[in-house]
Amino acid sequence: MKIIVPIKQVPETSQVKINEETGTVIREGVENIINPLDLYAIELAIELREEQGGTITVISMGPPKAEIALREAIAMGADEAILLSGKEFAGSDTWATAYALATLIKKIQPFDLIVSGERATDGDTGQVGPGIASFLNLPLSTYTRKIESIDNQHIVVQRLIEEGSETLKMPLPALLTVVKEISYPRLPTLRGKQKARTIDIPVYSGEDIGIPEGEIGLKGSPTKVVKIYRPQITRKGTLLVVKDEKTLSESIDRLISFLEEKKIISF
Amino acid sequence: MQEKEIWTISEITENKRIKTISFELLAWGRNLAEELKVPLAAVILGDSLKEEELRELIYRGADQVYWINHRQLVPFIVENHSNVLQFLIKKYQPQIIIAGATTQGRTLMPHLSVRLKTGLTADCTELKIEKGSGLLLQVRPAIGGNIMATIKTPEKRPQMATVRPKSKQMLPRDENRKGGIIPIKIDDTILDGRVIHLGFQKNEKEEIVLSTADVIVSGGRGLKKKDHFNLIYDLAEQLNAAVGASREAVDRGWISYPHQVGLSGKTVNPKAYLAIGISGAIQHLAGMKTAETIIAINNNPQADIFKISDLGIIGDLFEIIPLLEKKLKEKKNCHEI
Ligand SMILES: Cc1cc2nc3c(=O)[nH]c(=O)nc-3n(C[C@H](O)[C@H](O)[C@H](O)COP(=O)(O)OP(=O)(O)OC[C@H]3O[C@@H](n4cnc5c(N)ncnc54)[C@H](O)[C@@H]3O)c2cc1C
Ligand SMILES: Nc1ncnc2c1ncn2[C@@H]1O[C@H](COP(=O)(O)O)[C@@H](O)[C@H]1O
Repeated sequence: MKIIVPIKQVPETSQVKINEETGTVIREGVENIINPLDLYAIELAIELREEQGGTITVISMGPPKAEIALREAIAMGADEAILLSGKEFAGSDTWATAYALATLIKKIQPFDLIVSGERATDGDTGQVGPGIASFLNLPLSTYTRKIESIDNQHIVVQRLIEEGSETLKMPLPALLTVVKEISYPRLPTLRGKQKARTIDIPVYSGEDIGIPEGEIGLKGSPTKVVKIYRPQITRKGTLLVVKDEKTLSESIDRLISFLEEKKIISF
Repeated sequence: MQEKEIWTISEITENKRIKTISFELLAWGRNLAEELKVPLAAVILGDSLKEEELRELIYRGADQVYWINHRQLVPFIVENHSNVLQFLIKKYQPQIIIAGATTQGRTLMPHLSVRLKTGLTADCTELKIEKGSGLLLQVRPAIGGNIMATIKTPEKRPQMATVRPKSKQMLPRDENRKGGIIPIKIDDTILDGRVIHLGFQKNEKEEIVLSTADVIVSGGRGLKKKDHFNLIYDLAEQLNAAVGASREAVDRGWISYPHQVGLSGKTVNPKAYLAIGISGAIQHLAGMKTAETIIAINNNPQADIFKISDLGIIGDLFEIIPLLEKKLKEKKNCHEI
């Protein structure tokens, strides 16, 4: 079984700042990590390989330093990695990203399964996985929470929906996007880390995979960012400060009477 | 039709009722349609829906309804819905399409936008029309909600967006509104038979409680460890409330995922929301900021949660909650005697 896992390197979101004047994201000094949900995708791929045999290829589109994320995935247990990188990819929206990744995947086929994260924490769209499936005309299961069974021809999955979950049977090859109920990501192994240090990771440009300039990157993206800004939050009520026993007791009394006023409790 | 329409993609329940999100979409669409002076159409894919049910879409803001009736369109299978909509969109060429940022909309719309070679903006919290150009401006949180971005699709058509459920009130029902229901026949050959729906498992009871609860007590990382979550359960019991949690608490395994409130969890709309040891990250707020009353307990005066709370207590939750519980108990007992 050959499994492809597209992973994204993202900034640790809690640290991201923006420059309000230029409206750009300040990425300097921010730690980069594998998109948290993609760890679950990698883990699922490893579990399936343990059960079925086969290989796992992790792929990413991003700046040269995205290679670090790919090496981390190798350290967890992926077999090989490919990076799509070059300035022609810069500024890609989800359509262009899915297009670039789908084009790469076509080049490295055949494969049996693609597993991606449900969404990335930076763009936070969840559109790239379904987009790749659409480009490649693969059966798609989003919000996948459980694999019920898999053989050479089919996979049976459970996907989360608002009202519960549903079970789908899909022919392979197929694409799954996964939520965190799917598994629990393992830590890198010693052997994996050794492999990650030495493995050769090919880097392809747009031209290498046959994408004409202008079809990806900023130019090839249907959506354009007009501006970005910090969200304003409005609603400010009473603030009580607990400093000592007395203010503690008073604050709680105030809270209880507030709950009564709002008819949340009654005695 | 001369002016190109705005479309909303309706959703239906298992028992063939129109979901509320469909009406919320019409409220979004109505604003845009008025501004652009174009018709607003609701598209609905289903199986043997009742005409009186379809009329509801008109009463809630649609100028007309495109109704595609086929047995294989229920339950939702993305490939089928995407194929049918591609066909319709090519035929009628709407200028804007909006769908819910639901598990269905967030699966269907990216699939569709790839096929139509057009842009899509996810999870919008605001939609407006750009003066002059008449383009759709889509506002959404990005980079983990640390920023808001305004996005547009200048050249490609249609312009597509998903919007968060419950982020807009549906319009009042108006039975005087008139509009046509246009049945559309589709050919079996455009359906995709590859994926088979094998079954459906309903949520357990505890989950339903969270999304419909009047009062929610939620705990976050400030609880420090799993055992301390008992403080939250106990308080919830006293207040007759459901238990919620931040993602940090869920990620740490203190409580299960169905309790998560926020962007990647549930959107809740209770009368009162008590956030305890929760910092108020924008992704958490995304799931609860519409609560009628917000109460926060946090020891960090800078915590963002205080910016949206009606009553905030700056202090140590480990001092406050036990004493609160004690006082609540005392009051109760004293009234029972
Ligand atoms: C794509 C994406 C989706 C996300 N979706 C969600 C989501 O659905 N839901 C969600 O909640 N988060 C979500 N997050 C995560 C979110 O950004 C925050 O990380 C999370 O909400 C923080 O949880 P918290 O407030 O419990 O933890 P923290 O931010 O660590 O806050 C803990 C708070 O507890 C306070 N505290 C500590 N000790 C005490 C004490 N003794 N007494 C009183 N107060 C104390 C601290 O001052 C602090 O404010 C998402 C993030 C991303 C990137
Ligand atoms: N640049 C990228 N390179 C590789 N995979 C990506 C990239 N962007 C997104 N993905 C994959 O698509 C998923 C959803 O991302 P997004 O649509 O950006 O929220 C991620 O979890 C990844 O699996």
